[in-house]
Amino acid sequence: MDTLEQNPVHKDDYNPDLLEPSPIQEEYAPVVFAQDIVSHVVSIDMLSGQEDSKNVLCARKSGKGVLTAPFRLLKTNRLGVILTFAVYKRDLPLNATPTERIQATDGYLGGVFDIESLVEKLLQQLASKQTILVNVLDTTNQSYPISMYGLNASNDGLEHVSLLNFGDPFRKHEMRCRFKQKPPWPWLGITTSIGILVIALLVGHIFHATVNRIAKVEDDCHKMMELKKQAEAADVAKSQFLATVSHEIRTPMNGVLGMLHMLMDTDLDVTQLDYVRTAQASGKALVALINEVLDQAKIESGKLELEEVQFDLRAILDDVLSLFSGKSQDKGVELAVYISDQVPQMLIGDPGRFRQIIINLMGNSIKFTEKGHILVTVHLVEEVIDSIEVETESSSENTLSGFPVADRRQSWKGFRTFSQEGFIHPFSHSINLIVSVEDTGEGIPLEAQSRVFTPFMQVGPSISRTHGGTGIGLSISKCLVNLMKGEIGFASIPKIGSTFTFTAIFTSGSSSSKKYKSQQINKMSNSVSSEFYGMRALVMDPRPVRAKVSKYQIRRLGIHVEVVSQWKQGLSSICRGSNAINMVIVEQEVWDKYLNNSTLFFDTLEKIDYGTPPKVFLLSNSISSSGANISTGVCNMTVIPKPLRSSMLAAALQRTMGVGNKGNPCNGQLNSLSLRNLLLGRKILIVDDNNVNLKVAAGAMKKYGADVVSATRGIEAIELLTPPHQFDACFMDIQMPEMDGFEATRRIRDMEHNINNRIHHGELSVEAYNNVSNWHVSILAMTADVIQATREECLRCGMDGYVSKPFEAEQLYREVSRFFQ
Amino acid sequence: MDVVNQLQRQFIDYSASLHREGFLDDQFTQLQKLQDDNSPDFVVEVASLFFEDCEKLINNMARALEQQQGVDFKQVDASVHQLKGSSSSIGAMRVKDVCIAFRSFCEAQNREGCLRCLQQVTHEYSLLKNKLQTLFRLQQQILAAGGSIPVVE
Repeated sequence: MDTLEQNPVHKDDYNPDLLEPSPIQEEYAPVVFAQDIVSHVVSIDMLSGQEDSKNVLCARKSGKGVLTAPFRLLKTNRLGVILTFAVYKRDLPLNATPTERIQATDGYLGGVFDIESLVEKLLQQLASKQTILVNVLDTTNQSYPISMYGLNASNDGLEHVSLLNFGDPFRKHEMRCRFKQKPPWPWLGITTSIGILVIALLVGHIFHATVNRIAKVEDDCHKMMELKKQAEAADVAKSQFLATVSHEIRTPMNGVLGMLHMLMDTDLDVTQLDYVRTAQASGKALVALINEVLDQAKIESGKLELEEVQFDLRAILDDVLSLFSGKSQDKGVELAVYISDQVPQMLIGDPGRFRQIIINLMGNSIKFTEKGHILVTVHLVEEVIDSIEVETESSSENTLSGFPVADRRQSWKGFRTFSQEGFIHPFSHSINLIVSVEDTGEGIPLEAQSRVFTPFMQVGPSISRTHGGTGIGLSISKCLVNLMKGEIGFASIPKIGSTFTFTAIFTSGSSSSKKYKSQQINKMSNSVSSEFYGMRALVMDPRPVRAKVSKYQIRRLGIHVEVVSQWKQGLSSICRGSNAINMVIVEQEVWDKYLNNSTLFFDTLEKIDYGTPPKVFLLSNSISSSGANISTGVCNMTVIPKPLRSSMLAAALQRTMGVGNKGNPCNGQLNSLSLRNLLLGRKILIVDDNNVNLKVAAGAMKKYGADVVSATRGIEAIELLTPPHQFDACFMDIQMPEMDGFEATRRIRDMEHNINNRIHHGELSVEAYNNVSNWHVSILAMTADVIQATREECLRCGMDGYVSKPFEAEQLYREVSRFFQ
Repeated sequence: MDVVNQLQRQFIDYSASLHREGFLDDQFTQLQKLQDDNSPDFVVEVASLFFEDCEKLINNMARALEQQQGVDFKQVDASVHQLKGSSSSIGAMRVKDVCIAFRSFCEAQNREGCLRCLQQVTHEYSLLKNKLQTLFRLQQQILAAGGSIPVVE
């Protein structure tokens, strides 16, 4: 072996002070030549170190570059590797054996690599902005990698591993790079994504909730549609029920009542008549009941509407009064009506419903009152409001009959109309009425008072058995009052009495008379009042309330009224007074107490020296008591039963005083008077084959002042009616043996037609025919049998009308007034 | 005075009973109203005429119904019609009612029924005649005693 071989320096061994001459070996490899920077390795034996020698020998053998493991270099102590090449004397073929290689070795060449500076220099060129940590490791031995460069890596974080190839196949190197600083949390990204997530969640939630809600609402909507359909169907069913019940129940009922009415007209004995009357009463009661129930149903379904018609309030109350007068007289209860003067004559509203309310209230009163009185008063709200302020102390004895009553002011205590806020000042035409019905009956027990207006509610279960009725009356009345924009209330004290009060708004009727249909105005009151106008009456009555009622009724006739409470006072005023008193009206009470056994009164009256003594009238509670009083032998006293009504008073006055129309102004008499006016002086021909009929008809005509000629045959009639004649009209019987009425009339008409033509053509002179050129005498058929002679038949043969036999005043008037005015 | 009052009361009661029992109806009252100073005996005259008429008609009907060979119902019907007319004019209610029934039998040409009705009519007519004669007698008595005939409503 040559001794001129270079030796790499063993890392551990270098310390110049420690260097010693190399021991005696077979081979030596001293460094002969070195670069300046590694000049300290000169003459160090490369074969002395273990690693180095292995490296050298390996290089010699393989002929390739061989890297050492990293170690600390001599002098610098930095980590590095040495790459050793063998230099051969000659070119060796590639497949040379190691022995040949060893033989041919001339020397060695070694390169020292300072890994750190190498890497740093490399890195400086390559590194980017980020601080990169690099670890270079010798990983020949997998389990023990030798770190060549870089701090001992912490293995966290991302590492990029790349292999390094120094050209030495026996060694592996790798480089691990990672960022020095952990990458910061990508806050923006995280926040954004979280935000988006949240937003997405929220949106999803909203969406979900909306969809749910929509679904739910649709569901509800469907349900509601269903329910609505059901409700509508129910409403329709109810209306149909109403209509059906209305019709179906009423029709047979009307049939029954109609038949009963017709039955009454047939031949019945007394028992049968009684039975029929009872059946009729029951039937009428049933119809009234049905009407009530149907009203209630109508109100509930809101189908009740009020009419707008002109009506006379006083006439309505007169009607109602007459309705209840019988019952009240039977019970001995005094009935009275007072209407304030400020209430106008005509009102516009629904008279039927108003009547219904009053009848309801009065019916209740009558039912539950056995003694005392029932007083109906009508005022304007304005009048009452003014009197509220004045706290009038009303003694309980100061009532119509002397029995105590429930204070009416309590009954309207809660009305909005009277409270300060609620009082609506009425429009110029609206009339706000307040009506009170006061009675001295049983009263309503306190525990039942809250339920009074509830439908079908009665005070006790026995009430309907004892008194009848369904208990709907008050609830219907309340609804009607509400429809009339009023209020209803009551005050009731058990065992004392009840007072019901309601308000209603109407409009004044007299101004716009054209627009509304007017109910038939009671001609009677108008015509009668003119007759008694200006007369003076004296009322003797110790009770002011009752006297007020009497005064009101009398004043309706236009009579001036003076009231006295003591009969002696009255007497003195009659005798003394400068104004003549035409009539004295004495209350039953006064009569019973003082005057019954006293002749002083009548004697004084008869002795009055001026004018005629006044007529005396007695106002009595019942008809029966009136009979007893006449036996005093006083014949110039007339009894007027209560309840006092203007009409009855007028009738009584007329009878006794002989004033005014000869008959009472009931329809029959009215007609007879007018018939007289029509027929007076007229020449009438009556044709009838029956003597009796003829005489009766002629007698009737004569009564009306007509000039009557009778005939018994059609032929006679034709003769008599040949123009010229003086007859104004002819009553012709239809059924006559030789020539019936139709035939006779036809011939008469032909005759007249003929003559008229001839007059027009000048063939006959009009003077010869009383200057009448169109002869047409009015011919009326007299028929006992309406079926026999219909109007058409009569008209066809030229008649002008027909009346029935025997004469019926109203029909006669109707027919005759068509020709004679 | 007492006599007059008594007679008047009797008259009123009797009148009322006639009405109540259906012998007379409202038409008779109307007839009474037609009587006045111009025709003071109006009602009596009408009643007499009626009685004459009745008897004549009843005889007619009896003769017609007695015919063994074929009753002429038309004639009977005509007579009944006449009788019905007169009785309604005077206000003889019961007679009129019988006439109504009589007519339906005539239409049905029921001889038996007609005979029965004829009997009834005769009966009613005699009753009525008696009653009216009593009434008129009362009236005469009242007038003779110096009173006035009361008007019954």
